[in-house]
Amino acid sequence: MVTLKFNNSYIKSWYSIGGVDEEKGNIKDADKYLSDLYYGEKTHEKAEIKMVEEVITTMKKDNKIDLIIGGNLSNQLGTMNIALRDINTSFLGLYSACATFAESVINASSLLQNKAISNALVITNSHALTSERQFRFPVEYGSLKNCYTTNTITAAVGVVLTNEKTPYKISSATIGGVVDYGIKDVANMGAIMAPAAALVIKEHLYNTNTTMDNYDYILTGDLGNVGLTLLQSVLKDDYGIVTDKIMDAGSIIYKKSQNKCAGGSGPTCLPFAFFNRFIQDKKIKKVLLVGTGALHNPTLVNQKNSIPSIAHLIEIEVNHDAN
Amino acid sequence: MSYQELVDSVTPKENKWKNMMIAFFSGGVMGLLSELLVNVFDVNVMLIIWIVIASILTGMGVFDDFVDKFKMGVIIPITGFSHSITSSSIDYKSEGFITGIGSNYMKLAGSVILYGIVSATIFATIRGLLW
Repeated sequence: MVTLKFNNSYIKSWYSIGGVDEEKGNIKDADKYLSDLYYGEKTHEKAEIKMVEEVITTMKKDNKIDLIIGGNLSNQLGTMNIALRDINTSFLGLYSACATFAESVINASSLLQNKAISNALVITNSHALTSERQFRFPVEYGSLKNCYTTNTITAAVGVVLTNEKTPYKISSATIGGVVDYGIKDVANMGAIMAPAAALVIKEHLYNTNTTMDNYDYILTGDLGNVGLTLLQSVLKDDYGIVTDKIMDAGSIIYKKSQNKCAGGSGPTCLPFAFFNRFIQDKKIKKVLLVGTGALHNPTLVNQKNSIPSIAHLIEIEVNHDAN
Repeated sequence: MSYQELVDSVTPKENKWKNMMIAFFSGGVMGLLSELLVNVFDVNVMLIIWIVIASILTGMGVFDDFVDKFKMGVIIPITGFSHSITSSSIDYKSEGFITGIGSNYMKLAGSVILYGIVSATIFATIRGLLW
């Protein structure tokens, strides 16, 4: 698999909006939380659109944005496209389910690297109830959830990447491939994604000739409790990598008392947890972020196909003396 | 060990017996109340009462919490049928009367109707042939 090196891509600033349950959870430092999931709109889809618009306008106020790059879970990126129609900025829409954030950062960094642009806004968002409706059941339908399901979080996160030096450098990235270990249970997203995450981690360590000792930790996107255990097993059994330095953003977002089963999921999990909690840690020097996406298509699942998954990895170097 | 076996070994299991007992008792209470309603009114009125109650509770957004607590005991009776139709209708209301509610309100209940009619036909035919 391809590992890219960057020396021209830095994280400048970020802005995030969280939902109602996210405010009650463990991530307390988002810029804003919604008071209800309609956000003053008539439908949840419109609320999702409003969140994206708000992130973009806030980021555009303080930064010159050459390109917006990102995506979400909405069919044909519908909610994102509508949010962007009056923005009048170049836009690349990407989809790799919950790995979209990592994919977008990789694309933005590549464009920054060859100096095609000087600022890019990476944006991802998700809404618990629009996803519920699109992928599962009607919102008000009381389906009995298994105790190992993950819940899509409600959040929108925008991150500005720039070629000016800042303390946070995107130093390299590994582009993962599609992996399918034959899991057909849509409730068990963690089990679907764990092998993809394991593969991309192994490839990155191999390609960069490093071991886990070189990194402070790995933060995965939304494997949930079950997926995190499986990731450690697969890393150990298939690739001989034993480590306890893996954390999962999805498992951290909610408190145990919130009855959220295996944790949170969605493309915003990773940036929401990382930028509102992990990045404040002054001790970190080098971390790996792994976006994990279950490429779930309800039609193909109903036709008895197993669910493929993908994971992309980005390496962030933190140098607090840079500024 | 195959990956599927590994997944099965770390995935927490539902307590099926506990769920079944909850459904047994909540369903039993539903039956008892229905029997009382039948004695006071009649069967049709009893059905209408349950349908209306379930539909209103779904609209208020609390029926799904009941399902969490009482499990299949409130889904298998006609309350579940009413709940599925109301929840689909609420969901698709924003897409219009024809393309939204009209074409989607049976999204979950459609199977119940179709296979209810099919099995009723089969059993009625058998009964008709035997007696």
